[in-house]
Amino acid sequence: MRLIINKIILILSTLAAILGLVFLFWILITLTIKGFASVNLYIFTHDLIDNGLRNLLIGQFILAFIAVLIGVPLGMIAGIYLQEYSFNNKFATFIRNLSDVMMSAPSIVIGTFVYAIMVNPIGHLNGWAGAIALGIMMLPIVVRTTDDMLGLVPKELREAGVAIGAPKYKVIFNIIIKAAKVGIMTGLLLAFARIIGETAPLLFTSGNSQYFTLNLNHEFPSLTVAIYNLATMPDKHLVDIAWAGAFVLTLFVLIINLLGRYIVKEKK
Amino acid sequence: MSEKLEKVMDIKNFSFTYNGANKPSLKNINLPIYFKKVTALIGPSGCGKSTFLRSLNRIHDLYPGNKYEGEILLKDIETGDMENILKYKKENELIKLRQRVGMIFQKPTPFPMSIFDNIAYGLRLMGKKNKKFLEEKVEEALKSSALWKEVKDRLKDDARGLSGGQQQRLCIARAIAVEPEVLLMDEPTSALDPLSTLAIEELVTKLKEKVTIVIVTHNMQQASRVSDWTAFMYLGELIEYGTTEQIFISPHEKRTADYIAGKFG
Repeated sequence: MRLIINKIILILSTLAAILGLVFLFWILITLTIKGFASVNLYIFTHDLIDNGLRNLLIGQFILAFIAVLIGVPLGMIAGIYLQEYSFNNKFATFIRNLSDVMMSAPSIVIGTFVYAIMVNPIGHLNGWAGAIALGIMMLPIVVRTTDDMLGLVPKELREAGVAIGAPKYKVIFNIIIKAAKVGIMTGLLLAFARIIGETAPLLFTSGNSQYFTLNLNHEFPSLTVAIYNLATMPDKHLVDIAWAGAFVLTLFVLIINLLGRYIVKEKK
Repeated sequence: MSEKLEKVMDIKNFSFTYNGANKPSLKNINLPIYFKKVTALIGPSGCGKSTFLRSLNRIHDLYPGNKYEGEILLKDIETGDMENILKYKKENELIKLRQRVGMIFQKPTPFPMSIFDNIAYGLRLMGKKNKKFLEEKVEEALKSSALWKEVKDRLKDDARGLSGGQQQRLCIARAIAVEPEVLLMDEPTSALDPLSTLAIEELVTKLKEKVTIVIVTHNMQQASRVSDWTAFMYLGELIEYGTTEQIFISPHEKRTADYIAGKFG
């Protein structure tokens, strides 16, 4: 009887795994077939107004890059506080839980929040709001990564640093962070991969623009929002551009993820 | 022992309580540490020997809420006065203390940087920037820790690539580079193979020409091989202290004799 149950569960779990993979490959294959056909040099050299993706790609990266500038320093400082200075007091436990809740907050909620504080008062969509929304999305991931990775550094290394006569902040910055560098870098890459493909936080904040612009005070071009808009267009050509955009975006995320894994493998 | 003994540290009525513990882990310890001698702390696991050692450079202060009582006196080299290190409050004073009282840990703790930078780290903290000076000091420290020959051609390599025994000798070189008066060693060979252990033990014997050493060990042969003075601790108390010869050959206390004979521990 036990053997039979064992077999049934084995079969069921294998089927579930196959089902999951089937959908994943289905998505990837559809994306490749429909997207790849529309990818050509033209879309990388022209803006959306001329049926290209150039301004969207650049815009998306600028938004994500500013988000990194906001999310990484803030998140790392918070993570350092949690792991190195808080001694796991109640406040630290509170912040940790809050950060974890924030990590699972629906991205549209973050988008609406930023809309309320940065778009509504100003009166129009703007690039800064989009970048900040992405930064907020990134923040809890960076906090968690820094906290966890610093936690993996043996406490003897901190003691050794102090024992040689280093002040605490120097121990942290010269020794502990260096020892945790690989893990933190990987976490940051994955956090970047996570936000580069976000649509919801940008929808009400930076919106989209058909033109090439570097002015973050106005609506700002974004690949993900453009895909969202183009996909619902009646014109087949526009839908094809959306496919191409989706394909390029997926490729980027994939490359960043693989890069993250490669770093971990190389350094460990 | 006809030579004159000079105290470099003197521990008086010292008790230590960990944060949140309701009774002290160390009770009323009295112990002198003699200049340029090796003092071994022996005793069964949990007897407080590491806790005691870690009090001598106040590394316990890394964690909040621990309580020291009594006195730990350290000789001021310039004035010759004995100063109570438990009175230190400012971070500056503690940093100075740790430069004067260095520490080697059970597991080797190479910093994530090159071999050269590992040893220069402590010196740079003291404000020594001159490249030539650093180079000389690094070479000197590596020579006195018997590591120079093995690493002189790869000083720029990551220190974590060295073997365990080499890493431990690197840590010793790092500690002695800042020229401490006292060197604390917390079971420095327990993570090492017999050959590396031998190298460290030889090093200890050689180093005591320059620096006073306090070594915690659970290996009694090691204590008898390397130390001049031995303190036997049990359940947070100092049971017996004397010359290593006396402790190992004719201990006064029955518990010391039993521990050394291997009846418990």
